[in-house]
Amino acid sequence: MSIRRLAHESIQPRAFSFTADNLFWAEKTIARYPEGRGHSAVIPLLMRAQEQEGWVTKASIKYIADILSMPYIRALEIATFYTQFQLKPVGRKAHVQICGTTPCMLRGAENLKAVCRRRIHSEPLETNMAGTLSWEEVECLGACVNAPMIMIFKDTYEDLTEERLEEIIDAFEEGRESSIPVGPQNGRHSSEPIASVSLRKLL
Amino acid sequence: MAGFMINIKIDGKEINIPHHYTLLQAAEAAGAKIPRFCFHERLSVPSNCRMCLVEVQVKGAPSKPTASCSMRVLDLRPNSNGDPPEIFTNTPMVKKLREGMLEFLLINHPLDCPICDQGGECDLQDQAMAFGRDFSRYTENKRAVEEKYIGPLVKTVMTRCIHCTRCVRFTTEVAGVSELGLIGRGEDAEITTFLEHAMTSELQGNVIDLCPVGALTSRPYAFSARPWELLKTETIDVMDALGSAIRVDTRGSEVMRIMPRINDAVNEEWISDKTRFIWDGLRTQRLDYPYLRDKNNRLVMVDWQRAFDAIRCAVVKAGQGTIGAIAGDLATVEEMYALKLLLKSLESDEIDCRQDGTALDPVWGRASYIFNPSIAGIEASDALLIIGSNPRLEAAVLNARIRKRQGLGPYPIGVIGEQKDLRYSYDYLGSDTEILSELFLGQGAFFGVLKEAKKPLFLIGQGALIGKNGTKVLKLTARLCCDLGAVTNEWNGFAILHTAASRVGGLDIGFVPTSGRNAADIVADSAVLFLLGADEIDLSAKKGFTVYIGSHGDNGAHAADVILPAATYTEKSGFYVNTEGRVQMTNRACVAPGEAKEDWAIIRALSSVLGHCLPFDSLHSLRLSLIRDYPHFGIMDEIMPGKADDIISLGQEASSVTTCSFTSPVKDFYLTNPIARASAIMAECSSLARNRLAMEVG
Repeated sequence: MSIRRLAHESIQPRAFSFTADNLFWAEKTIARYPEGRGHSAVIPLLMRAQEQEGWVTKASIKYIADILSMPYIRALEIATFYTQFQLKPVGRKAHVQICGTTPCMLRGAENLKAVCRRRIHSEPLETNMAGTLSWEEVECLGACVNAPMIMIFKDTYEDLTEERLEEIIDAFEEGRESSIPVGPQNGRHSSEPIASVSLRKLL
Repeated sequence: MAGFMINIKIDGKEINIPHHYTLLQAAEAAGAKIPRFCFHERLSVPSNCRMCLVEVQVKGAPSKPTASCSMRVLDLRPNSNGDPPEIFTNTPMVKKLREGMLEFLLINHPLDCPICDQGGECDLQDQAMAFGRDFSRYTENKRAVEEKYIGPLVKTVMTRCIHCTRCVRFTTEVAGVSELGLIGRGEDAEITTFLEHAMTSELQGNVIDLCPVGALTSRPYAFSARPWELLKTETIDVMDALGSAIRVDTRGSEVMRIMPRINDAVNEEWISDKTRFIWDGLRTQRLDYPYLRDKNNRLVMVDWQRAFDAIRCAVVKAGQGTIGAIAGDLATVEEMYALKLLLKSLESDEIDCRQDGTALDPVWGRASYIFNPSIAGIEASDALLIIGSNPRLEAAVLNARIRKRQGLGPYPIGVIGEQKDLRYSYDYLGSDTEILSELFLGQGAFFGVLKEAKKPLFLIGQGALIGKNGTKVLKLTARLCCDLGAVTNEWNGFAILHTAASRVGGLDIGFVPTSGRNAADIVADSAVLFLLGADEIDLSAKKGFTVYIGSHGDNGAHAADVILPAATYTEKSGFYVNTEGRVQMTNRACVAPGEAKEDWAIIRALSSVLGHCLPFDSLHSLRLSLIRDYPHFGIMDEIMPGKADDIISLGQEASSVTTCSFTSPVKDFYLTNPIARASAIMAECSSLARNRLAMEVG
């Protein structure tokens, strides 16, 4: 954990507003909460703003606080509290979140981090020169049986090796991410055993 | 809920308490002392400092440490026989818990007590002494936090912050403006405003008192004194008409700072920023010698004898001409009483304490000019109509009380006057008398609200009572109150909010002309005019010889022919009557500078020069005479209630009013009196507030 601050003024965009689709979605989201409790929608709205912009800008915090008619400081508290909100730009094409919690670490997450250090940037949360890629270590993403694993945007890539991670990074950088199947990368289905196990043999 | 009483054993002592009590309240009821940082009686309970841990012992189970500020007695798991478990606050376990918590808090707390302004009055220091370990086992680096700017009044040293969040809760809950927040998390959490904007609340100074460590301290007071070298005098504030209880800390003859005292009937334990930070104005622009205007139209320093001689000549020269006197907003009852007697002996009743020309008059009885429901009574009321007032600027602490009432449950508030941010939600009804007339005719949605309310409160500001229509508005409102059942034997909801500390006292002793004239007439017609600290009145029309008795070189002194230097409210003992009609007394904290004297003494000395010697030669005998004439001054800190019949008979004179809109007389919260205008701190706050306003408009 480190001190989380808004990005420097020089890279903050001047304004933010939701696209028409997102605004429609935001209104529906706010309506899910009881009358007068719309403030509770601040987390989903900030997340949607992050998906739209790539990161949470100062303008988007103010915009969302205005939509929800809550004080700016209350929205800032939320945005700085949750590490899932990126307060400065991350890779446009991929932000690699490597699970570093115990099972993944035992299965080689440290090696995956070394790949990212080499391929992307020596420090987490910094973009590569082109601004297309970045990485960070995160806490457990809940796919321990498929360790080690990463998450890029909303998809997880599991049962990784160093080589496979490099291929995935290449694919994202070249815009071929659709060629990478989501989920286990070693051929197994979901979290079933890798080799077909004969139940009779076991018995 | 209060009906459910429960027996609980605390430290082996069995006590009977309401079951909704928290363990902390229960322990205090049993006489145990519980240390705390984040918990504060008047704020919500966050339970994040864990200093108040106690041992809860359920029979047959291991003891558990429990945060006593947030655990209620009724939420405790009972013993097998259904009794609540036993609580301990003095066991070795509790001692160890407290040592542990303090050790955690001190891990990141700097050891800069020798250069910290909180030193000597610091909760953390005191509790570390009382409950902490005597050495540190911590060898790692301490956390440091970046400096924050949150305005000219509150200085921050955020490395000292222990994240109790009292300041965040105060600004949000009491001041009603969410300015401070806790950003980040865990060890990296930081208190700040959004993008380090200056705070805007008129009550922000209170976070200095609330901060249990030296993270938030007073910027103007920084590095100027230590608490143990200050002489503390308990007195009363005169910056607004509330008469907040304050403590003036002095070193030698200088006021070093002003702090609130607890008075639940008036200010609870808050004071406004003007009350707290006015003290630098007590040193500057002071009138410390008598002055006389010479032939070249310049004020020159003279001695008292020459000043008095000049006044005697002027009074003699005036002959049959009128002699008038205007009392200012900070005058004590005693000096007004003395001046009234002096003018009476000169056969004049051209006296007025209503510089702004408000319609209030003692002939209609005391109830017609005081805040009848009382300030604490706001909490008992169930609907509020604000007429021609901006209580946020006119009485910031009272405004916090209104906000508190709204937080206690449904509380409809209607406003007739200016539409300003009052720090709570309200229905804006309109700006002018038209709305009042409509309510009178039973029209408008808010009429139903007021009709339904059992204890409606009508807060009438000076903004509604100044001007040609003042008297009519006063009578119409009185009638409206009576018609809506706000004036009964049990409840009197007719509430006048004054802006001047001296006003109710002046009206009590009848410091008003009997001829129906007003202050502006007196200024224009008097051959000799006495100004008793009167600085808020337009003196451009004055023709006569002007004597200014006051403490600061302000409007009044500039226009004067003779200046007699007097004392400020911290330099004299005097009665003030607050807007509720509560008689309170200031105490002398220091002496007036130079040749300046207490006002009553000046008037007494002048009376003998003029050959009409007043019949008292000490403050004590003056007071005896005052109490003989007006017995209610004999009872301190109490309110002599007004009569409901006064309002009813006032209301019977109601007639229709011509349309005019109400504006609050307080335009600039920070510059309402001569002391405030002499203060550099107030000037800075005022310019900040003006810029903010310009930004909002532009």
